[in-house]
Amino acid sequence: MKRLIAKMPFILLLALLSGCGYNTMQANEEAVIAAWGNVESSYQRRADLIPNLVEVVKGYAKHEADTLKAVTEARAKVGSMQVSKDVLNNPASLNKFQQAQGELSGALSRLMVVVEKYPDLKANQNFMDLQKQLEGTENRINVARERYNESVQVFNTSIRTFPNSMTNSLILHLQRKEAFKAEEGAKTAPKVKF
Amino acid sequence: MCLKRILILALLMLLPLPAIALDVPQLTGRVNDYARLLSPEASARLEQRLAGFERETSNQVVLLTIPSLQGDVMEQFAVRVAEQWKPGQKGKDNGVLVILAKAEHKVRIEVGMGLQGVLPDITASHIIRDVMRPHLKDGNFDQGITAGVDAILAATKGEFKASAQDTKQGKPHTKSPSPITLFLLVAVGALILGTFSRYLGGVAGAAGLPLAAWFSFPGVTLLTLVLLATAGFAGGLFLSMLLSGMFGGGGGGPFGGGWGGGFFGGFFGGGFGGGGSSGGDDSGFSGGGGGFDGGGSSDDY
Repeated sequence: MKRLIAKMPFILLLALLSGCGYNTMQANEEAVIAAWGNVESSYQRRADLIPNLVEVVKGYAKHEADTLKAVTEARAKVGSMQVSKDVLNNPASLNKFQQAQGELSGALSRLMVVVEKYPDLKANQNFMDLQKQLEGTENRINVARERYNESVQVFNTSIRTFPNSMTNSLILHLQRKEAFKAEEGAKTAPKVKF
Repeated sequence: MCLKRILILALLMLLPLPAIALDVPQLTGRVNDYARLLSPEASARLEQRLAGFERETSNQVVLLTIPSLQGDVMEQFAVRVAEQWKPGQKGKDNGVLVILAKAEHKVRIEVGMGLQGVLPDITASHIIRDVMRPHLKDGNFDQGITAGVDAILAATKGEFKASAQDTKQGKPHTKSPSPITLFLLVAVGALILGTFSRYLGGVAGAAGLPLAAWFSFPGVTLLTLVLLATAGFAGGLFLSMLLSGMFGGGGGGPFGGGWGGGFFGGFFGGGFGGGGSSGGDDSGFSGGGGGFDGGGSSDDY
């Protein structure tokens, strides 16, 4: 019996930690990190498509150098950004990330408008395929962002509600995560129609 | 005890159900022809073909036709349907969802993450534009949908050739029941019980090891199980002794034993109950839990 009592603190600690959301909060944070990984990789996928796209458009639309340059520059800016996991804990750098990606979206949609003037380009098989890939990628970005926001909401709720809030302020010190804001009207993903 | 259960049930009913914008229709089978585009024969044929394909490859291809999107965006609706129906096997993510919206003249092929290697966006787009659209434009839905589904089946088998670079053979994931987890569970169970009495730890091992083996490799013989039980007893005893060496012996009082037993039982009962409930889908069709990331393609027809 005495030995049992000696073990009680261990058992109690185990029960307490799971009862106070210690594990839940950790799991929720991992979910946020995983969801962020998907956001990043889908944006990366888009950035990877752009050189090919620019190359194909260049062949047909030589007079659109400005529009093409804007896309290339926006892509370079996105590429040069150092995104690490601390974006998650830093609202300012998430904002910067979102802004840079938004600029790229804007440049891309302007490019897609310009393309309308070139029927030969629009009929180019290679271009059509790239366009389809771009559409799919934009859709993946949307889905990844939505899922990220959902996971952030779950996580934020879990660290702010009782009794998890106590466990968090005493032991874990996890920070609130920032969600993506809706894009401003002009910067929505290019909706390619032809 | 009874009161507590009632209380929990009552509390569960108070939980709000998540609200969804546009209703995702009920999954009735592999062919869900809500817009009545298919003839009964074509529908039955498709259903059969898709069932056969799933048996063969474990890929789940599901068709949905709706009268109208009612102002919703096809891509967003498709993801919601995919998230709810979950076609494809869990872990393999090998589901494909084909959606037609009649009023909007839109088709979408939503591809599960595991099949995007053999059915990339471009291939999906080609299937819509080159295989389905010519028939759909003429209002020939039987032929258009059947041809599209056939192309999807061919592609996900790795035979479809849209263009040489797109048809890389996807690497199939192997579905593992993860015996390691089970054996670890047994070890942990034995360790916990071992803190109360080393014999209890032994018993946990003797019961747990054959059980874990049974669940991991269903074909084991009785003799193996008996041998495993013996090994498990020794293992459990050893683990308990190891622990008691560290913490100073196990006192197996009636209270300790009873509490530990109950804990152990609940632990394992819960674990295996959950595992068992996921099997067996012969009676009705249901999605296998495949994941989607919004990949695929959509187009007008």
